[in-house]
This record gives sequence, C-alpha cells and structure tokens, in this order.
Amino acid sequence: MANTNTGHMGAETDLQSIPALLARNAAKYGNRPAFREKEFGIWQTDTWAEVAEKVRDLGLGLINLGIAEGDFVAIIGRNRPSLYWSMIAVQSVGAIPVPLYQDANAEEMAYVLGHCGARFVIAGDQEQVDKVIEIQEGLHQFEHMIYLDPRGLRKYDHSRLHEFAHVLAQGRAAADEFSPELERRTAKLNFDSTCVMLYTSGTTGKPKGVVLSNRNIIMSSKASAEFDRLTHEDEVLAYLPMAWVGDFIFSIGQASWTGFCVNCPESADTMMTDLREIGPTYYFAPPRIFETQLTNVMIRMEDAGKFKQWLFAKFMDHAKKVGPAILDGKSVSGMDRLKYKLGEYLIYGPLKNTLGFSRVRVGYTAGEAIGPEIFEFYRSLGINLKQLYGQTEASVFITQQPDGEVRNDTVGVPSPGVEIRIADNGEVFYRSPGVFVEYLNNPDSTADTKDSEGWVATGDAGFIEKSSGHLRIIDRAKDVGKMASGAMFAPKYVENKLKFYPNILEAVVFGAGREYCTAFINIDLTAVGNWAERNNIAYASYQELAGHPQVLETIRQHVSEVNKSVAQDEMLSGCQIHRFLVLHKELDADDGEMTRTRKVRRRIVEEKFDDLIGALYDGSDEIFTKTEVTYEDGRKGAISATLKLLDAEVQPVAKGSMAA
Amino acid sequence: MSAQAEEYVTEDGRKIGGVMMEMKNITLRFGGVVAIKDISFDIREGEIRAIIGPNGAGKSSMLNVISGFYNPQEGDVIFRGKKRPQMRPYKVAQQGIARTFQNIALFEGMSVLDNVMTGRLTHMKTGMFGQAMWWGKAQDEEVYNREKVEEIIDFLEIQAIRKTPVGRLPYGLKKRVELARALAAEPKLLLLDEPMAGMNVEEKEDMSRFILDVNDEFGTTIALIEHDMGVVMDLSDRVVVMDYGKKIGDGTPDEVRSNQEVIDAYLGVAHD
Repeated sequence: MANTNTGHMGAETDLQSIPALLARNAAKYGNRPAFREKEFGIWQTDTWAEVAEKVRDLGLGLINLGIAEGDFVAIIGRNRPSLYWSMIAVQSVGAIPVPLYQDANAEEMAYVLGHCGARFVIAGDQEQVDKVIEIQEGLHQFEHMIYLDPRGLRKYDHSRLHEFAHVLAQGRAAADEFSPELERRTAKLNFDSTCVMLYTSGTTGKPKGVVLSNRNIIMSSKASAEFDRLTHEDEVLAYLPMAWVGDFIFSIGQASWTGFCVNCPESADTMMTDLREIGPTYYFAPPRIFETQLTNVMIRMEDAGKFKQWLFAKFMDHAKKVGPAILDGKSVSGMDRLKYKLGEYLIYGPLKNTLGFSRVRVGYTAGEAIGPEIFEFYRSLGINLKQLYGQTEASVFITQQPDGEVRNDTVGVPSPGVEIRIADNGEVFYRSPGVFVEYLNNPDSTADTKDSEGWVATGDAGFIEKSSGHLRIIDRAKDVGKMASGAMFAPKYVENKLKFYPNILEAVVFGAGREYCTAFINIDLTAVGNWAERNNIAYASYQELAGHPQVLETIRQHVSEVNKSVAQDEMLSGCQIHRFLVLHKELDADDGEMTRTRKVRRRIVEEKFDDLIGALYDGSDEIFTKTEVTYEDGRKGAISATLKLLDAEVQPVAKGSMAA
Repeated sequence: MSAQAEEYVTEDGRKIGGVMMEMKNITLRFGGVVAIKDISFDIREGEIRAIIGPNGAGKSSMLNVISGFYNPQEGDVIFRGKKRPQMRPYKVAQQGIARTFQNIALFEGMSVLDNVMTGRLTHMKTGMFGQAMWWGKAQDEEVYNREKVEEIIDFLEIQAIRKTPVGRLPYGLKKRVELARALAAEPKLLLLDEPMAGMNVEEKEDMSRFILDVNDEFGTTIALIEHDMGVVMDLSDRVVVMDYGKKIGDGTPDEVRSNQEVIDAYLGVAHD
C-alpha cells in the first residue's frame, strides 16, 4: 500500500479530517509507534497501521449499533489509547466526540449529557458506567453505553451496555455489510465538519459546549507543529484530562498531523514513574505540576548529606547564572561553559533524568502564571520550557514564545496565523483559523464572545509590550476593577505573587470597591507539612496545621514581602494586602470553589465565605465559622473552625499613582 | 450431606455450585481447652461464606483447621468429595487454598512485587539452582509468573507501589498487598482472616469491592472472618455463627440476623 495512492499527498489540504490524517499515517508511518500504554508493568505499543485497523473496526461496530451522522458521543475516562481511538472512530462515522472530565460528578455529567443530547457514551470503567447509570433516567436521548474495562460489570444489565472488545469484534464481523457505509461517511468529512465538542469548565455559570471544526483543529495543529518543528519522531505523555482542549490538540491534532507517538501512563498515581520511563521530547504541564516537582526535589535535597547539598547549591547557582543564556544561544565565557558542562555531568543531567526531562526539546506551560523561580529553575537546567497563552475557543493557540525569546512575565508573540487586538478597556481580542464555530445551542453567548468579523474576546486584560512585541496578561478583564480610592485593582496579579511561595497553594484577594485589599490563603500541605515534621511540630489535621501560630507568622512574612514587591509597581501599588486569613480547608472543585482545571471561582468563594470577608473588614481579631464540605463520594458534611485574622506590613503608596 | 448439592444462581447473578468443602463434626482441643466443639458446616463452590462470632469464639481456630495449620482431634475435613488426611499447610496450599492473616504477615523489607511473587511459589517447578542461574526453563517460568502477578497488581490497583518496600506502606495498603499475594496463588478457596480489621470506612469500602470483584471475576470461593457485622451481612451469601467453640447459627444473613441465639450471643442476655 505504501506510496501507491498518495500522489496527491503534497497537497495537504486533501487531508481535511482526522480520519483522513489517520489513513495517511497508516500508509506513511505504518510500522511506527502511534500509541503506547503501560499495562501489566510493560509498555504496549500500537503502530499507526494497527490503530487504523482498530478505529475501522470500532467505526463499523458503532454503525452496527445504529449510530447516526451528527450524533453526540460522550467519552469519559482516563487517558487511554482506546479512548483516543474511540474519538477518531466516532468522527469516521460522522458523529461528534465529546470528551468529558473523568472526575466530574454525576450532576455535572447529567448537565452536559443532557445539553448535547448524547445518544452514546463510551466509558473507561465501572466508576464512569455507574455515574451514567445513576443519571440515565433523566437523559431521554441516551441509548447505548460502551465500556472499556469489563471489571465488575459482568452482572450489569447488558440491554444497553456493551463491552468495547465485543463492539470491535461485531464490527469486524459485519465488515462486508457496513464497510461501504463507513467509507461513504468518512469520505464526506471536510474542513467544515465538526471535529470535536469540548465543554469549557466555566469559572462562572454552566459549562458551554465549544464546537470546533476540522479546520480549527487541523490548521492549529499544523501551524503549531511547524512553529516548534515537531516531527513523527517526537514523543508525548498524555496525562492531562482528555476533556481539556490542550490534550485534544496534542494527543489527537498534532499527533495525527505529524505522526508522533502518544504515551499513556499506567494510572494517575504512576504518572511520574512513567514520565521518567518514556522521557518525552515534547511536554506540556500546568505550572502546578512543575511546582510540585520542584517542591519534591527540594524536599529530597534537604534529606541529602552535607556534601551533596553543598554540591547541589554550588552548581544550581552556576546554572542560574549562565543556564538560561546557554539555552538561548547567547555568548557565555568558555570557563562558565566548562563549569556548566561539569554541572551537567554531576547534577543537571542526573536531575533531569530523575524528573523525566532528559529528552525534552520543547516544553510548555500555560493556564496560570508560573513563578519566576520555578520557571528559572527548569530553564537553568537546560530544559527549553516556554509559555503559551490559549483558550478552548482558539483551539489552544493565541500567543506562544519562540525559542530564544523566553521570559517569565510575557506569554509570547501571536502564534502563526493569529491576529491580536487590544480593546480600549485593555481586553485582548484575537482572530485566527482556530477560532471556534459556535457554542452549542447558545447563539447569545456565541454572539457575546465572537463578533461578525471573527474577533473573539478573551476576557483577559493585557497589553503588548512595545519593545519586544510580546503580549503581557494582567488579569481577567472582569476581575480588574477599581478600589474605593479609584486605584486599579488586579487580584490575580497579587495572588500569583503570593502563590510563588511554596508554602502558599492558593490565594484569593478581595478589594474591589473597598478601602484596602484583603486575602484568603491556602497553605500547601506538602511544603508546610514537611516543615512541621522537620521542626517537630505535631498536627492532627490540615485545619490544625493551617491555624498553627508559627505557620501564620510565616505566611504573614510572605504577605509583607509581596506587599513590598507590589508597592514597586506604579499602577498596582494600591493592591497591597492589609489583612488576611489562612483558610481552614483547601479550596476544592467538589465544593464548587474551583473549576475542574483548578482555577478559583471568585464569585462563589466570595458568596460562600462572606462572613469571613466581613470579618476582614470590620477589624475583629478572630471569627468562628462553619463550612459545608462535599466528600469525593458526594456525601456532605460540615467543618467548623475559629480563624485568626492577621495584619500584614504595608508599604506607603506614593500619591498620584492612580490608574489611567 | 449432598441433599443440597444442586446449583443455584444468586439474585445478583452469580453461580453457586455444589459443596466444595465440608467440615464434619470437627472438635479441636488444646490440652484441656476445647476451642472447637463438634462443628459441622459446608462451603459451596463460588460462594462467599462468613464465619462470625464474639472474641474467643474459635473463628480463627476454625480457619486454621481449614487451612491445615491445625489438625482437629475429631471429625473430618472433606475437600471436593475426598476426606483430607492430616497434611502440612504447604500441601494444603497446593490443593488451591490460600489465606491472609489477621496480623499482616508480609516480608517487610521486600518490594510489593517480590511479596506478591512469593504467592506464585506453589506454581513454580524449577529448582533452586535453576532459579539462581536464571537459565532456560526457570526464565520462561519467571516471565509467566510475573505476568500473572502483574494481572493481580492491575486488578487490585497497586501499580504505583509495585517497587515500594512493604515496610513503608500504610496499613490499609499492606492488607491489600496481602490479598494480592493470596490471589497470586490462584486459589480455588480463599481464606480471609479479618480482612478489614483496623481500617477506616473508605478502606473498608475499597476492600469490600475487591472481595466482591475477586469472587465475581475469578469465581474464587471465599471464606472470611470479620467483626464488622455490616460488612459481613452485605458481602456474604451464608454465615456461620460461633460462640464458645460451638455453632449457634448457620444460614443466609437474614436468617442469622433473626436467630434469637445469635442475638443473645452478640447483645448479651438479661439474667433474671
């Protein structure tokens, strides 16, 4: 088959769908690995040719079950090759895959399944099957569910339930009958057909279904793959939620476009081990993961012997000095280079190997601001970590940092094919081939977000730096407000500075329309717990540790230091934190305080803890509070605590430094 | 016996077969102490059979009789229709009976993987020398056994601790590793001695699910001792109740729950 019918392959526009790309990969890279999954302790590989065959069988099996063109098919589970193939198979029969967050609870799932009217569900295991069964009464369009892992499901009523392997076998058996139909449906797909629908987690209100066409996904994948020169020889680790647009672009879009190999970890708990075994060349992680890894390194270094600690400190200092410059190809003295080489041999190399970053050629972080120290740390080791700025509505890419122009405080230049415009109020707008088609069944929201010329509002406030042409993001546009004095209030800016301290996991700053700013703080249990252990401080619970006087004192110092740094920014010096408290519970997605992608839902936190905010402004020293919590299994309980309210050191603000 | 030997299907669709093991008039003495007094009951293929009773009722002794660790002075153990002669525990293990212990009995310094591998010992045929040299058949055998062990690691969801020394694990996980080792022997009959002792509610729920899944997936017959009445009643098909070495009840959870003698033994009787 190899190169017979590919005379047109030069004209890549022929490849207008993921199934078409899959067919090309099967022909061009037939024997190369497409997907790997660690199972039973061993990496199991499927080649592109094998994937094409399985996708075909599943497509036939779906037709056998009566799937129609335009049907929505929900995909729920952890990252597994079979679920990725399911999405391509669903596309090949003209239906639309809708990946969902696997940790969504039944209620959230009921909303999205009802909203798109999914007829089919493909679920990873019993846990997901149970959730759907629990809510199926309310889902009138739901008909069939296919499950991957049969464990524990033997006894279930199988009138609407099908095992994945059986659907494949049935499809294969019915190949003669349905092949023409499958081919007809696949051939119909073009740039305008829907590639995938993804629900945005929504920091406010109900999730919205973002419809992305083949044009959106394939053009974005093509542009971004060329930007970073990705090839079929790259390797990625797929461990971020399948419902997240980034994972779809990396593991389906770019993988299909370039033909690189997608590796799936054995389980969520083994991710770090698997990362090390695979050693990806192209890697993506939210700042939180880089932060956790760095914290772990530091904690383990503290347990090392004196000599090792000294060696580590010495070479890390040197790396900080010259590492980023070497990475960017700037001139560095021969002596420094030699010393860096030695460090590479003694410290950096082994450390990168432990972290699983030995082979990383391109690494990205996005979603939140990353701490300057964390960012520096990885770059000084010689890991090409960059930032990008993106959205589901943009098929990820809006701006990204080119090699050699990497900085901590910008998010880069517009990605290829993307135009950027800053509105008068500071909000960032963009237009690109990746811009989404619409929000499903929600013309009002679509019109609010995307204008008739195709410009999309990001909801973020920012500006383009004149000197470099890089975009800088300040905050969510709707969160940027004014304080009572008229000074500019940008909570995220301050929160990010706070979160850069390893002891602080999360921070929420208040102050819009107020005299001064206040903050809620979540301690990081790993970092603070380790400190407590080291200093022989006993604690029985998160709550107790969070209320410990010494912990409070440490946090107060952090807040005061942040105030010093905030005071230096002319525009935002009013945002210093006068009073704060350390929360008695971690903000949690199960309680609705965060989104599933772990972004704080400001309004909900504000409503839920309004008694605490009140106390921060009325001058009291402590407050008793009771909070409802939801356990992972959906049960509810309540915790109560008496919280101390603390004052932090504030720097004087120069007069006349009002916001424009 | 054999009056009730016909098969039936439980409400939740599991097949319960004929009698697998029968205990016939078992009496066990330690010197003058009578630990078990003339007890008879049976265990059927595919069922989950619980033995309950207050402290010191003789439950663990009973389990030790089944596992061949103790030899009763009187009575017969009939396994698959044949009277079982007095035999060493490893012989019993070769017959397809595996167990876990009330006080975890793992090799603390060894990894989870190695601990579970020891469960495969009864399935290994090559000698010590061959294994030490890792040569020829020994190599094939190890690969085969490792595969079996990996299936169990996957089944019990302990992949992340595969290479962790057991000594570093929390209690709940150790219990799970012990279950893994017992399962690695691919037993026909699995004996669990207080699988949920000392666990919190969440760990108990997990363990219950694993026990049900083992029974369902591998068709393993399970006999278990447990204190938590809620767990016993939810899990088991039939329950034997013991008190002071005697059997005071035997039947489905519902039957046992309404048995006056059982209620008295558990709640105490007013002496008037």
